[in-house]
Formats: sequence, C-alpha cells, structure tokens
Amino acid sequence: MLAGVLHQIMSGLATGGIYASVALALVMIYQSTHHVNFAQGEMATFSTYVALMFINAGFSYWEALVMAVVLSFIVGVAIERVLMRPLANAPVLASVGVFIGLLLVVNAMSGWFFDYTIKQFPSPFPDHPMLGGYLSGHELGSTGVTLLVLLSVYLFFRHTRLGLAMRAAAHNATSSRLVGIRVGWMLALGWGLAAAIGAVAGCMVAPIVFLDPNMMGGILLYAFAGALLGGIDSPLGSVLGGFAVGVIENLGGAYLVGTELKLTMALVIIVGVLLIKPTGLMGRRVYSRV
Amino acid sequence: MTNLLEAKGLHAAYGETRVLHGIDFAIRQGGVTALLGANGAGKTTTLRAICGLIRTRGEMTLDGKRIDGMATEDIVRLGVAHVPEGRGTFMELTVEENMRLGAYTRPAREATDDFEHMFDYFPRLKERYKQQAGTLSGGEQQMLAIVRALLLRPRLLLLDEPSFGLAPLIVQEIFRILGRIKEDAGVSILLVEQNAAIALEFAEDAYVLETGRIVMAGSSADISKDEGIRRSYLGY
Repeated sequence: MLAGVLHQIMSGLATGGIYASVALALVMIYQSTHHVNFAQGEMATFSTYVALMFINAGFSYWEALVMAVVLSFIVGVAIERVLMRPLANAPVLASVGVFIGLLLVVNAMSGWFFDYTIKQFPSPFPDHPMLGGYLSGHELGSTGVTLLVLLSVYLFFRHTRLGLAMRAAAHNATSSRLVGIRVGWMLALGWGLAAAIGAVAGCMVAPIVFLDPNMMGGILLYAFAGALLGGIDSPLGSVLGGFAVGVIENLGGAYLVGTELKLTMALVIIVGVLLIKPTGLMGRRVYSRV
Repeated sequence: MTNLLEAKGLHAAYGETRVLHGIDFAIRQGGVTALLGANGAGKTTTLRAICGLIRTRGEMTLDGKRIDGMATEDIVRLGVAHVPEGRGTFMELTVEENMRLGAYTRPAREATDDFEHMFDYFPRLKERYKQQAGTLSGGEQQMLAIVRALLLRPRLLLLDEPSFGLAPLIVQEIFRILGRIKEDAGVSILLVEQNAAIALEFAEDAYVLETGRIVMAGSSADISKDEGIRRSYLGY
C-alpha cells in the first residue's frame, strides 16, 4: 500500500513537472498582460509536431528539440508582434476572442499539416524502471529536463539584465519606459519564452500521452489549475502549484475517483481556488479603483 | 546661456479633455526651472508631455533635436529622466534592482561605479540596498526615485512634486541634496511643485500655469516679489 502511494506520488511529480512548465508559460504572459493565453497548449502541440518532423527528417531527438524550441520562440515573438500588439488597449473580450481564435487556428493547423491520426513520439531516455522501480526512465529524465528548464528560467529572471527588465515591464510598464526599457519588446520576448517552454513541455509529455492535435487540451487545464492554485501572478507559486496538481491528480485517480474522472479534479481545483482563495496560495491581492 | 529644452505651442489632451492650450517655455542649460500653479493647472501633464507619455501637438526640441512624437523610451535614451508623480517605484523589486533599472541604458560596470556616488548623497539607501522597495518610507522612496533618475546620467531631470506627502525636515534634506546634485552633475532641472516657496528658492527661472496656459514667466526672484501673482496663484 505505502509503496503504491509512493509510486503514485513520484509519477505525479513527473507529470506535475509538465504542468509546472505550462503553468509557468501561462503566468509569464498573464503577469504582463493580465490575460490567460488559452492557445498556450495548442502552440506547444504544434511545436511538438515540428520536433517530430525534424526527428523524421533524420535529426536526433535533442537536435530536433533545440530546433523546435528556437522556432517556437521566434513564432511566439511574431504572434505577439502581429496579433496581440494591435489589441494592447482593446477591451478584455476582444483579447479573449483572439486567444480562442488562436487556439482553434493552431489546433486546425496541427491537424492540417500533420493529420489527425495519433502518432508515437520517441523518448531519448532508457526504457526501463529507475529509482527502485518507482519511475520509468522517461519519467525520471523528463523531470530532470523540466527542473533544468525551470532553473534556467529562474536564473535568467533573477540574474540577467534582460530578465530584470522583463520583470520590471510586467510590474510597472510606465516606470519601465521611463528608465528606457522597450516595453513592447519585453512583452514579445515573454511570448517567445512562453512558447519555447511550451515546446519543451510538449516534447517531454508526447512520449507518454502520444501526439495528436488535442494532446495538450487536458494538460492545459491541469496547468491552469496549478497556476491558479499557486497564484496566477506568481511564477514560483505556479510552478509549485503545477507539481501539486500532478500529485493530486495521480493520487485522486488511483484512490478516489478513478482514472476516467481525473480531469474533473482539475475543475474542482479551479472552482475551489476561485471560491476560497482567488489569489492562490502565493499570489498577491490586487486592488483596483473603479 | 543656451536653452536645453524648448517648447512652442504645446497642446496636450487626455482623450477629449484638453489640458494644455498651446504653451511656450524653455529650460536653460544647467539651470533649474520651476513650474508652478494650482491643482489641475497642467503641471504634471507638461512633464508627461515632455517624455511622450501622452499625445501632444506643437513643437518640442531637446538641444535642437525634435522630440515631440517620439516614443518615451527614445526620449529617455536622449537623456531625459522623469521622477513621476507617485515616484514610479518598482515596489515588488529590491532597492538594488530599482537602481539597476535606473542604469538600464548604460553599460553595467560604469553604472555600478556610480552606485557608490549615489550612496554619498543618500547613505540611507545603502542600508536598504537588499530590501524590497515597497517597504521603504515615503522619504526613502523619493530618494530612490531621484537616484533611479540620476543613474540614467540625464541632461534634463524632470521632478514632479518631490515634496509630496513628506515631512518638512525630509523635504529640506531632499532639496539640500538636490542642490548638491545640480552642482556636481551639471544637470538641468524642471521642477513641478505645489510648495511654491521652496520651489522659487531652489529655481532660477519660473513659469506659472493656470488651467493649461502660462500666465507668467520670469526669474524666480521677480515672481516671488510679485504680490499679485503670489496671492492669486501661489497661495502664500
């Protein structure tokens, strides 16, 4: 029994890492725009298809991953510049409309370019149990990659000039302009980074869930639940929230509601957080004057 | 002496509400100019207009170069530093990070040397260096805002009510240090103040604004001598 619980927790942390990455991508855009990018998951799926395309063209897994990440970054920046920029001062509903439109378009493009059949995605990690059988090689490897991504994002924001400028632009756009920061470009970089992180998450999760155009649908929901749980304006909170949701999902699926109803737990968490503590565990309360 | 900044026929509006109705003014190189007037006269708007934070009509030149219609970031990069109303502190970030942001447009090493210089002026910021800026007192935040602006190595410093909400002793201290900074850095200053007495003492030139129009311009000495202006516009 105890070994079983431990096993569930471990693999919960492994999937939680994926949610944590996607949650971080959501927060990155939310912090500076106060919008949730509903298309984040579909963008990650498309990136994963691009990686698969490179793999099929004969590149190694890692080469394909790096190329997909770089391309996703560029496309993320371009989406902000071309699609979101004109909406900078538009009403909320207009932005929501564009996000949903982007979700549908990217989803359809995945299906159109790469067809709707479910595809296998290779794993670069050894295919045997590790850590005394608690984790598969892929789970352990992908958790490592996820942690590495999260750590580099943290170091980037903490210790580089550009990272500091991006944080400043997200906190206070006017003051940032007044010290000479090109705030528009910081937003675009945020989109690029979010898309790049999504690409890594997609390539890490695809070997487990298989690749189809709707691969990230459920994952985005879990990630959103994680981001809300930790606090949607807190990068650290959202990452911890993502891991927590992974564990809750796995334990609940195994002992509480069964695997078929797992996704409802994401909804329960979302509704629960909004009802009980809308700022999330580590979020800040924001007052606005009306 | 030549003029660093010149504005001719400057109009500004927030949406439909017109705030400035074609004002002309100039800031002398190396001098301190005060902009006085009652609440709602358009003082803050004038500062915002200079750094392109609102839409304007009319002509503005910095050292002969047109800056009207330029993006705020580009005006700032020409050496215009603005300490805005409410101080514009990055509350969630530390004092150190606020200072690094102030020097954002300059090479990092050069700016770090300047930090020590700033601590000479405001030793208290050194004690608070690693602290979150939101936890500073009002006076310390004003000091941080001035430091952030100075780290840009500006040619023109725009100060919006540095005395706002501060105890008289702190206000004195801040103006004493501003005086030193003016001598050392050779920076030109445009000062907006409710407190006309302090401003006229600190500045060499002054303009008096009333509902978006300039009603008087001249040397600070002349303006503080003018009984009528003092009574009607400056309230002391």
